[in-house]
Amino acid sequence: MARVIVDVSLKPEILDPQGRAVQGALGRLGLAGVTDVRQGKQFVIEIDGTVDRAKLEELAGNLLSNPVIENYSITIEQA
Amino acid sequence: MTTLTGARIGVVTFPGSLDDRDAARAIRVAGGQAVALWHGDEDLQGVDAVVLPGGFSYGDYLRCGAIARFAPAMQTIIDKARGGMPVFGICNGFQILVESHLLPGALIRNDHQHFICRDQKLRIENTTSVWTRGFEFGDEIVVPLKNGEGGYIADEHTLDALEGEGRIMARYLDVNPNGSYRDIAGLVNERGNVAGMMPHPEHAVEPLTGPSLDGLTFFTSILSALASGVRA
Repeated sequence: MARVIVDVSLKPEILDPQGRAVQGALGRLGLAGVTDVRQGKQFVIEIDGTVDRAKLEELAGNLLSNPVIENYSITIEQA
Repeated sequence: MTTLTGARIGVVTFPGSLDDRDAARAIRVAGGQAVALWHGDEDLQGVDAVVLPGGFSYGDYLRCGAIARFAPAMQTIIDKARGGMPVFGICNGFQILVESHLLPGALIRNDHQHFICRDQKLRIENTTSVWTRGFEFGDEIVVPLKNGEGGYIADEHTLDALEGEGRIMARYLDVNPNGSYRDIAGLVNERGNVAGMMPHPEHAVEPLTGPSLDGLTFFTSILSALASGVRA
């Protein structure tokens, strides 16, 4: 058993309208000094058996993220 | 309208497609034969060209178009598009084409974060593709625009290349409704067989329901191209 965590974030140069909206809300709700918010995605994938790292890299870079606008990182936790 | 016998244009229905019927109707209004294609079927039934319609394929989950891109029908379409088959993506169809990397760049959430639904003025800037050959350069048209994630982005190098190669098919006029870089509303690929745009020409083909009949020219363009010998 393994738990694979894939974090996907927008590349720094890509505009993030959702992050900007969240930034505004944080300020309105009393959090001072927020200079930037970037919103990303996290996939928590439970795998039975051994992890095919190459296949995982392929799908993280192809399906779970769009290489034109996003970066990803993979963390594998063996049970 | 001249009926061009033999020109068969497929329209793919994905789970969540909305505008497949309108796209098929536009093809028929233009004088062509529309062929319903199913996302789960690799067989394109020998169509001469394909329209990827608007909507919310797979609920726009993950990213717009990201899951549809891997549908069995898309594997055949991507392969044939690389070989020259004409493909036109409208709205969600455009998003599927950029996710498939048949067109460069990406479409992100509108910069103002609102869904837009309006009649949008555009300027046509490519008249050499099979989907736009019926236009004159600089033609101004009005067609509906309706999307939440229509902001076109690409890096500066790509944008410069698109402009230099005349591959910007249409630009937004008067207002930029979604933050698209360089007012880009639609693109064509290098070969001119693959085109995509966020606005909806298929909703502007009949006086009863559209703001104009301007959208019809995209469909008469492909039919005339097919009639003059362009083959998939």
